Amino acid sequence: MNRPILEVRDLRTYFFPEEGTVRAVDGAHLDVYPRRTLGIVGESGCGKSVTARSILRIVERPGRIVSGSILLRRDNADAGVDLTQLTPDGREMRHIRGEDIALIFQEPMTSFSPVHTIGSQIVETVRLHQGVGKRQARERAVEALRLVGVPSPERRVDEYAFQLSGGLRQRAMIALALSCSPRILIADEPTTALDVTTQAQILALLADLQRREGMAIILITHNLGVVAEMCDEVAVMYLGRVVEQGPVDTIFHDPKHPYTRALLRSMPSIKARVRSRLPVIEGSIPHPYNRPPGCPFHPRCPEFMPGRCDQIEPPSLAVGDGHDAACLLYGGPAG
Amino acid sequence: MSPPGAVRLLDVQGLRKHFPIRKGFLRRQVGVVRAVDDVSFHVEKGETLSLVGESGCGKTTTSRCILRALTPTEGRILFHAASGQVLDVAALSKRELQPLRRQMQMIFQDPFSSLNPRRTLLDIVAEPLVANGVGNREERLARVVELLRLVGLRPEYMRRYPHAFSGGQRQRVGIARALALNPSLVVADEPVSALDVSVQAQILNLMQDLQAQLGLTYLFVAHDLSVVRLVSDRVAVMYVGRIVELAPTEAIFATPLHPYTEALLAAVPKPDPRLRGERLLLEGEVADPSNPPPGCHFHPRCRYATEQCRTETPSLQEITPGHAVSCHRARELSLRGVAE
Repeated sequence: MNRPILEVRDLRTYFFPEEGTVRAVDGAHLDVYPRRTLGIVGESGCGKSVTARSILRIVERPGRIVSGSILLRRDNADAGVDLTQLTPDGREMRHIRGEDIALIFQEPMTSFSPVHTIGSQIVETVRLHQGVGKRQARERAVEALRLVGVPSPERRVDEYAFQLSGGLRQRAMIALALSCSPRILIADEPTTALDVTTQAQILALLADLQRREGMAIILITHNLGVVAEMCDEVAVMYLGRVVEQGPVDTIFHDPKHPYTRALLRSMPSIKARVRSRLPVIEGSIPHPYNRPPGCPFHPRCPEFMPGRCDQIEPPSLAVGDGHDAACLLYGGPAG
Repeated sequence: MSPPGAVRLLDVQGLRKHFPIRKGFLRRQVGVVRAVDDVSFHVEKGETLSLVGESGCGKTTTSRCILRALTPTEGRILFHAASGQVLDVAALSKRELQPLRRQMQMIFQDPFSSLNPRRTLLDIVAEPLVANGVGNREERLARVVELLRLVGLRPEYMRRYPHAFSGGQRQRVGIARALALNPSLVVADEPVSALDVSVQAQILNLMQDLQAQLGLTYLFVAHDLSVVRLVSDRVAVMYVGRIVELAPTEAIFATPLHPYTEALLAAVPKPDPRLRGERLLLEGEVADPSNPPPGCHFHPRCRYATEQCRTETPSLQEITPGHAVSCHRARELSLRGVAE
């Protein structure tokens, strides 16, 4: 098997507002392989978006990466560059953003400039990164729009973001992200703002582009249905920690962490019994300032072991083939 | 499904809501958006009817007309009031509406913007009581305590402000406020779509418990079919201002009769990687309600469309008891649903 093109090791990104410290990402471990899709799934405040922003080095103040490494490998023999060692707005990092790693956001309306045409924004990116002339860049912009299925791209290239529907805008966003053929595409809730039929179109498009272009995708979402449809590997996050990760089939059919199990059970399913009650996870996600000690899930966990879970931070342990869980049920330091 | 002879609480007949499009200095009317275009349905006492569809289909506009937050352009909204009278909500004046408003309440989508951040839970939940002159101070306090318990919040917290509560807890406050005046009809517009998955389940269960306990009738407006399946007795699917299919929940999901319903069901991601496969993808985009295509509004995206669909507008017809659909080919097509 290939080596991962991106290796995140023990990443910790903390925020230091005046009121205290928020451990937004607290020891994330991720491997990203070419032509594969890694899903990062979790509820609000779990750190999935901050993980993406850390990889791109666009974490906003008062946040910063306090430890860990993010190794980007351009080919199999490459020793790799550690992105945490680069200056966030330095030359090398700016090249990496766009050329090696691109990002698409949840809300395409706010990520495009309202006063520039879609085309001019793609042209700018292409010229900046690939040093081609104006005319050639424009041709590439039209080509990129065609690739993502925007109808009559020659005309659309001169339109503004507000003239496009939500679905077309998201396609244009994908065209912009892919215009420099990145090796890794980070999609942060790419379909959350869209209707289901449009969501299905965009997901099919991403899968198709991956088959053709061969890039790796990191798909960040709260929607377990989207994960089941799209991902090869899944990392489940809760309050800044990756609590479980493994192949998609294992996560859905043999989950080990009590949080993953509870999340899967409490999800409304299109195949559920009509007019039925759902099993729930009691309580709510704690405020990041009041992060519980030990395992962050222990106050809501049905398998809570007093004296252990509230004192020991569970390490991530192998529980199967390529399958890790951070839960004291599966071992850990003696209490 | 409700037994025959069930009591109707709400009867919507030929509802239309058109918004003018104005342009230029003189604000001349240059067109009209047919947000709701000839919609008829009824809601029985104690049931949950869901309106589903994608953005712009008119589901929210329909619910706002029923609450008279918007004045309908045309049509009748017959509400069977607690007094036994049947009143046309669409035709009443503001003053005449006042006593009816107590009987119809709303739960909002966003628990963050729908609660005033400067008022305590006590103020928020007591507000409908104050506004309608119900009880004295002590009686209202007792009622708020009762309501907070009912929705699973601790009454000790009633002097706190909304910011101290999580999204799910705030949504409980919104539900307590909606129930303060003992309404018979509760309109819930996307009540869980802003909540995390683990909290969604709590609120959906709570809504169902309250319905059983208090005999509430829900008009549930949502885009998430998985949620709709859990809570509804009947489902109305809307597309560009019209109801295209209306049926008991099991029937809509298992044996859809409208191609749009079929496509909508197919588009929902299945939460099981083993069910991946070739998907029926709906091409194109939702039609513009200010300039909808002729005939059946869905025909440009419909894989089964014929010449008739391009020219003739289908009407909503009952194919099997309780299952109505607006499609010329409903009797000949066999469409794919979702099995349990």
